[in-house]
Amino acid sequence: MTERVDARGLSCPQPVLMAISKMRELDSGEIEVLVDNATSKENVTRAGQKSGWLLAEIKEEGEEYRLLFKRA
Amino acid sequence: MLKRNIFATSAGIIMVGAIIGILAPILQKLGNPGNMGVCVACFDRDIAGALGLHRADLVQYLRPEILGFVLGAFLAALAVGEFRPRGGSAPLARFLLGMCAMIGALVFLGCPWRVILRLAGGDGNAIFGFLGLAAGIGIGCLFFKYGYTLGRSVKESAGIGLLMPAVIIGLLALRFIFPPVADQAKSGVLFYSLKGPGAQYAPLVASLGVGLVVGVLAQRSRFCTMGALRDLFLFRHWHLFSGVLALLVIAWATNLALGQFHPGFANQPVAHTQTFWNFSGMVVAGLAFALAGGCPGRQLFMSGEGDGDAAIFVFGMLVGAAFAHNFGLASSPAGIGPYGMAAVIVTLSICLFIGFTNIRKVGS
Repeated sequence: MTERVDARGLSCPQPVLMAISKMRELDSGEIEVLVDNATSKENVTRAGQKSGWLLAEIKEEGEEYRLLFKRA
Repeated sequence: MLKRNIFATSAGIIMVGAIIGILAPILQKLGNPGNMGVCVACFDRDIAGALGLHRADLVQYLRPEILGFVLGAFLAALAVGEFRPRGGSAPLARFLLGMCAMIGALVFLGCPWRVILRLAGGDGNAIFGFLGLAAGIGIGCLFFKYGYTLGRSVKESAGIGLLMPAVIIGLLALRFIFPPVADQAKSGVLFYSLKGPGAQYAPLVASLGVGLVVGVLAQRSRFCTMGALRDLFLFRHWHLFSGVLALLVIAWATNLALGQFHPGFANQPVAHTQTFWNFSGMVVAGLAFALAGGCPGRQLFMSGEGDGDAAIFVFGMLVGAAFAHNFGLASSPAGIGPYGMAAVIVTLSICLFIGFTNIRKVGS
């Protein structure tokens, strides 16, 4: 099951804090992070990869981004 | 996959810091005050003076760099589809944080950008400003760790997002309609300084040009002096900090090349030597910037991207500057103002109140 983190409308550093918190909680699996600005997209992407998660997919939907992270 | 933003890479942020590190000392060479090639707090304070919000006659000039920052970020955001009007996240708190940040910065005499530029110019007093900034941001990080948030912003209309760029274009128009006149303290509706830092400025084309270039580069790279320390403390991420380090090193080298490096503590330009207040002023500023989510430069850039909350913070800084000079809160090279100590205590209390009363979990 894919866990979801909704960080839309939140400013730095909260999207990264929320994403990292979920990554630490799960340790492995799939996490979908929703953000609504390019800065958060870049920050969460960088943080996820530094935490050892694979960024499997980025989807831009309107003004939102869905980042799908995976870790075996 | 989406196209990559090269400015947001490690090389990109270092390049942006280095470019600012070259441009800022050059602006000093062209006429800006010492170690003040770019200072968002000082320049906002000068703008408040130019508009008559305070009447400290040494610090009145409608600084084109600040206008360029917002317009450059606006144009960059428009060009790449990142102009996203939004707002509504605790506007009054953000306004007050802007005021507190400015008042704290004017006790030290500089924003985080100027902390770096003062260090790069050899001003040893800025060491304590930097330590205070780090301490303030560190306190802010503790709040974030315990769940501090000002809540979510919401999408707003394009018209709302265009308000800040429109205000800036209006101010720029005033600068063109009422340019400085030799030996005149007023030109039309704008106040000008005849001496002091407000009378020291680079030519309009250089100031505005650098402002626009930095606005574009900082919007693309997300350059943020507060975020640099915050991300280091919270996540051990060096990304933004590497840009700030590049700014420091390159500004220092440029100052050396231009004969602007003068190491020491006494008689530094637009600075005082009261160590504790240099430190504590920046504790307040650092905490306020952290709680509001960006350094004063970043707030300007975000306001150009359509972020109404950042724009409100900017207006808070302008009003804070007016308070600082109207009520004797701001320092001068002679030392802190008559009510500078009280200002630090009150503004620190306000920041802590906002921090403690906004610890909550945002639903995921």
